[in-house]
Amino acid sequence: MNHLNEEQLVLYYYGERESAGVEEHLDVCDSCRDTYHALQRVLNSVDSLPVPDRPADYEAQVWRAVERQLPRRRVAMKWFAWKPLATAAAMAVLVVAAFLAGRNWRKPGSQIADAQVRERVLLVAVGDHLERSQMVLVELANAGAPEHGSLDISFEQHAAEDLLESNRLYRQTAASAGDTATASLLDELERVLLQIAHSPSAMSEKQLEELRKEIEDRGILLKVKVFGTQVEQRQAAPQAGGASL
Amino acid sequence: MEDSDSLAVARVKAGDGDAYRQLVDRHSRSVFRLAYRMTGNEQDSEDVVQETFLRAYKQLHRYEARSSFSTWLYRIAANYSLDLVRRRKRHGEVALGESSPANEEMPEMIHALPSPAPGPDRLLFSGKVQECVASTLNELSQQERTAFVLRHFEGQSIEEISAALGLSGNAAKHSIFRAVQKLRRALEPLVNQAS
Repeated sequence: MNHLNEEQLVLYYYGERESAGVEEHLDVCDSCRDTYHALQRVLNSVDSLPVPDRPADYEAQVWRAVERQLPRRRVAMKWFAWKPLATAAAMAVLVVAAFLAGRNWRKPGSQIADAQVRERVLLVAVGDHLERSQMVLVELANAGAPEHGSLDISFEQHAAEDLLESNRLYRQTAASAGDTATASLLDELERVLLQIAHSPSAMSEKQLEELRKEIEDRGILLKVKVFGTQVEQRQAAPQAGGASL
Repeated sequence: MEDSDSLAVARVKAGDGDAYRQLVDRHSRSVFRLAYRMTGNEQDSEDVVQETFLRAYKQLHRYEARSSFSTWLYRIAANYSLDLVRRRKRHGEVALGESSPANEEMPEMIHALPSPAPGPDRLLFSGKVQECVASTLNELSQQERTAFVLRHFEGQSIEEISAALGLSGNAAKHSIFRAVQKLRRALEPLVNQAS
């Protein structure tokens, strides 16, 4: 009879699937059973290794320590919330815009009314998009000096990547609707989002400063803010029309 | 537990920051236990706990529910513990239970014996076993120690361990075998003495 080797016994001890047949062998082989019991005693004794007790409020202590260091929770959390929504919203806008374009093609007389509806659909969506973009830009503009030599901007990067997809769709829609002002702003925003998305996740102080300067030089944050305010005003004035959003 | 973990993860991803606290509450003690078994040092284990939850939070968008949240979290904890122990070794620092004059004199683990307290002989014997387990674990290579801790204490499968360590299934298995062999060699005389 072939005896079991140590590896088979170890696998059996840990209940691995590969240990099939071991139990049957142990039932009939005294020698292997003794070897297994010796192994069992050793491995059971390993469990005696104590781990220092933690205080009753340990979980609360850990949370306090962790929460302090979480990377700028506000944006991070909002980013998680946006991700599935942002592109879907952009797609929805395009569907509505395409539908309206189709209607215009069939009924030339309704062109003015439909253009106003289309404009409002875009207005709401672009306003929301600009607000999200603004949060990412503000967060980067206000980030403190890196504490350990580098600043983790991975959340902002993921947000920027997702915003890029929507931005592209809105820009194309605005351009095809002849809204050059909106298309131009979105084009500029796209360049900054692209730069954020392609930056290193861990930024040195110098790199962060360069990115901030780029944002500042383009005046993109101010433009987005001003445009966002205009959009809000337009949204508040139901029948307002015009050449651009 | 896994269902409620998945729910909490989904809530964090949906923007509910407080849901992350639930995950910290549920897993901080077990991450500490894992870290302590990996590093043998209380302060290092505390660092591992905090760093694990920070890293997990930052990488949560990469977590897919293919493995359980706890397995994923332990993987982060095990890898960070490995880094920490490597750094300590490079700087010539010594973990608890490792041979050093201070540890030989008064290994902290012996003083952490669980109650109810057995008689003095039994206590002394338990202390010896624990000291031997601790020092043998410290003598294992980091790969052996991680694979063994994940298998023995955390009950992770060979497949999960190989994924955590970036090894083939066979390599993970052989790390465990080597660890068991070394433990057996060190502990068997002591354990047989008791039986």
